[in-house]
Amino acid sequence: MDLSLSTRTEGDRTVVTVGGEIDVYTAPKLREQLIDLVSSGKYNLIVDMEGVDFLDSTGLGVLVGGLKRVRAHEGSLRLVCTQERILKIFRITGLTKVFPIHASVDEALSATD
Amino acid sequence: MPTVEVSFTAVPAHVRTARLVALAVARRAGVDEGLLDEVRLAVGEACSRAVTVNQQRAADTAVVMRLTDEQDRFSVEVIDCGPLESATGGTDLDDLGSDVLDAADEGEEAHGDLPPGFGLAVISGLVEDLVVDSDLDGTHVRMTWPADDVMAPKVG
Repeated sequence: MDLSLSTRTEGDRTVVTVGGEIDVYTAPKLREQLIDLVSSGKYNLIVDMEGVDFLDSTGLGVLVGGLKRVRAHEGSLRLVCTQERILKIFRITGLTKVFPIHASVDEALSATD
Repeated sequence: MPTVEVSFTAVPAHVRTARLVALAVARRAGVDEGLLDEVRLAVGEACSRAVTVNQQRAADTAVVMRLTDEQDRFSVEVIDCGPLESATGGTDLDDLGSDVLDAADEGEEAHGDLPPGFGLAVISGLVEDLVVDSDLDGTHVRMTWPADDVMAPKVG
């Protein structure tokens, strides 16, 4: 399964819906998408990962890069994920402390802190 | 002798193929279904790392993945042609989470936003039975999981 990406605007936030596999081959596409959004002034991002089947450390690196970029503009990058197999890699790398992880897009949209 | 050996050009596109092959052989070897996600992720990390190493060292050299189905275990060995990253071994995963944001800012390459050795640190967080051997010719990452001996005759 390849990577699928779509974006939509919800108020002042941009939701990036990601599906498929984020690995060393596909991660650059996600990186480009995040860079494009930040370049066009979108600094409050929600990455919906419910459709992600596989995520490796390259994908984590891209998300960390995105977080650094939005923070440089005092923005935010929130993740939506309830899949245990994906959450596990965030836990073992300690990145649960870095990313706000939400159970739904609605929850991420209403989060303020 | 390995049960299946795969040798592939050091490009990211083939890492997925390697994961799929490893997953199929692991399943056939009798690795518990609950461990297959771990196998897939660990093999992916090892192969991604090996592709990056070979691309930097000798892009023409293939990455080799050996899958061995032994009686009660299944092992995967991924071989590249470069030395081990210097940061590996000292990488403490608990500290990584908070440290990554402070790390030197991004290069545009694949692992640019994470410290060297991060992939291997993920593997060590996932796989209990992990052996990493490295010399001037390359690094061997060997991961082993328990497996049912599906070929053994059933008793009773």
